[in-house]
Amino acid sequence: MIRIEKLHKSYPIGKDKLHVLKGIDLHIKEGEFVSIMGSSGSGKSTLLNIVGLLDIHDEGDYYLNGQLIKDMNEKKAALLRNKFLGFIFQSFNLISYKTALENVALPLYYKGMARKERLEVALDYLEKVGLKEWANHLPNELSGGQKQRVAIARALVTKPKVVLADEPTGALDSTTTDSVMDLLKDINDEGMTVFVITHEEEVAEQTKRIVRLKDGLIISDELTSTGKKVV
Amino acid sequence: MFDIDRWREIFQSINKNRLRSILSGFTVAFAILLFTLLFGIGNGLQNTFKEQFAGDATNSIYVGSGRTTKPYKGLQSGRQIQFKNDDYEFLKEKFSNEIQFISPRVDISANVVFNNKQDNYTIRGVYPGYDVLESASIFEGRFLNYLDVKNKLKVAVIGNMVEKDLFRGLSAYGKEINIGGFIYKVVGVFTDPGGDSDERFIYTPYTTMQQIYGANDNIGNFGMTYNPDLSIDAAIVFGNKMKRALQKRHDVSPEDQRAIRINNNAEGNRQVSMMMFGLNILIIIIGFGTLIAGIVGISNIMVYVVKERTKELGIRKALGASPASIIALIMLESVLITAISGYLGLIAGVGILEATGSSLEKYFILNPGVSTSTVVGATITLITAGVLAGYLPAKRAAQIKPIEALRAD
Repeated sequence: MIRIEKLHKSYPIGKDKLHVLKGIDLHIKEGEFVSIMGSSGSGKSTLLNIVGLLDIHDEGDYYLNGQLIKDMNEKKAALLRNKFLGFIFQSFNLISYKTALENVALPLYYKGMARKERLEVALDYLEKVGLKEWANHLPNELSGGQKQRVAIARALVTKPKVVLADEPTGALDSTTTDSVMDLLKDINDEGMTVFVITHEEEVAEQTKRIVRLKDGLIISDELTSTGKKVV
Repeated sequence: MFDIDRWREIFQSINKNRLRSILSGFTVAFAILLFTLLFGIGNGLQNTFKEQFAGDATNSIYVGSGRTTKPYKGLQSGRQIQFKNDDYEFLKEKFSNEIQFISPRVDISANVVFNNKQDNYTIRGVYPGYDVLESASIFEGRFLNYLDVKNKLKVAVIGNMVEKDLFRGLSAYGKEINIGGFIYKVVGVFTDPGGDSDERFIYTPYTTMQQIYGANDNIGNFGMTYNPDLSIDAAIVFGNKMKRALQKRHDVSPEDQRAIRINNNAEGNRQVSMMMFGLNILIIIIGFGTLIAGIVGISNIMVYVVKERTKELGIRKALGASPASIIALIMLESVLITAISGYLGLIAGVGILEATGSSLEKYFILNPGVSTSTVVGATITLITAGVLAGYLPAKRAAQIKPIEALRAD
């Protein structure tokens, strides 16, 4: 599903360059539940952004669903994101003036689905995350856990191949963290590839594979106990 | 192109960010309102000018004579210059290119009687077509014609005030009046934009006047209109040339300012047209200044809007919005706000002009108003400005990497 070879990425800082990713090789198969761990500055967010086509890498090859990602313009990237990827952010990133239902339906709008249909589909997904009753509430009327569940519904609504979650539980307490992780597990059980970035050991433990980054390099890549059971 | 979902998005964005939308709309509405008011008032001032100088045909020249003030060619000063019919023929022939129409004028003052009403009026002998020179318009009967002149008929065309004074509300047309002891038939009644004094004239054929009151071919003075194709400068040159020709013809010194007098409207026209020109420039500068202020206003707001929405736009991009759809979203919102508020400003401006228009006459503002084309032009300019103002920030927003947009707070 995701194949990364010798990936490099650096950011210009004044005259100097900050070399963030120093040659990452990573292969994630369809249906995997992977977490990327690392302290801040290890390059894990950068990796997710590149995988999510939100940022462009400097060197190396990146294949998404078998397709080489090269010379992406914004239009193509937008299309691919809409088609293959679903995003979950630490800060939820819901549009504040849209209701939960409208937020969930937005990716379908960019997919070109008719309004009535997309609202129906969006409602189904809200039901899936247990927020059907909250469909017509604005984000600021929801709790953190509820917001993240809306965001998850929004990430899933286009039936993406890969769900990318950037610290999805970073802003949540432990109870809501568990409910969000349960949701992600359910998603993975349905066969979707889930790619989580976290610095919380407990969260990573609930995934099936942990990749640890340090200073732009992978230092370990191993299956968790859950992962081993499956294998 | 028409995408109902896109419009729904835009209306939602406008509606949910009401304060922002109202503020940006207000800028535009206010700019258009000021533009309309200024243009309207400017037009009102122009109308006043036009009205003030509307008395006579704008291309008229009057030629009069007096006593010489300088001896010349052995002739003493103090000699009275008298125009004759051959002067008329001379001018008509010599300046046939420059003169559009020329009429001799023979003026006397006479007592005019109808039934038992009587009053003193100026009787002016003229040539058919003279009514054009005075901008007079016949509202009953006709003006003098060539047969009247040829046959020296005792016919009169009287001013509106004469009819009012002597006929007390009755129609004068076809009636006979006594002018200085002779019976004339009234063949027409005229009005004159020059006002009451110009409507106290009585016109008759100049030939009739010459025969009855002098048995000679004396002509008091000439009224003419110059060829409207002449520029104002050419018309002034023509006036001077004519003066010189008449001075030569009557043996008058070229330095003599009194014997031959030319009253050339072109000179006044030049001042008026300079003033109108200045006024126009002023109006255009003010109008466009206001428009530019509006454009700058909407541009600023659009830059701010894009900045404020950077994160939202980043989210939209992460969810699959193409750059084109981001640009369209921002720009259509900008255009919609500009168009609607521009229209509101316009309605308000026109409404204020309509409501206060008549009360402004004492401030020399007559019929203030703006032409539809000006207003439509201004609105289109503003909408275009809205497009441009929206386009640049929108394009930047569309180009910004979603990751950077998402990081923004």
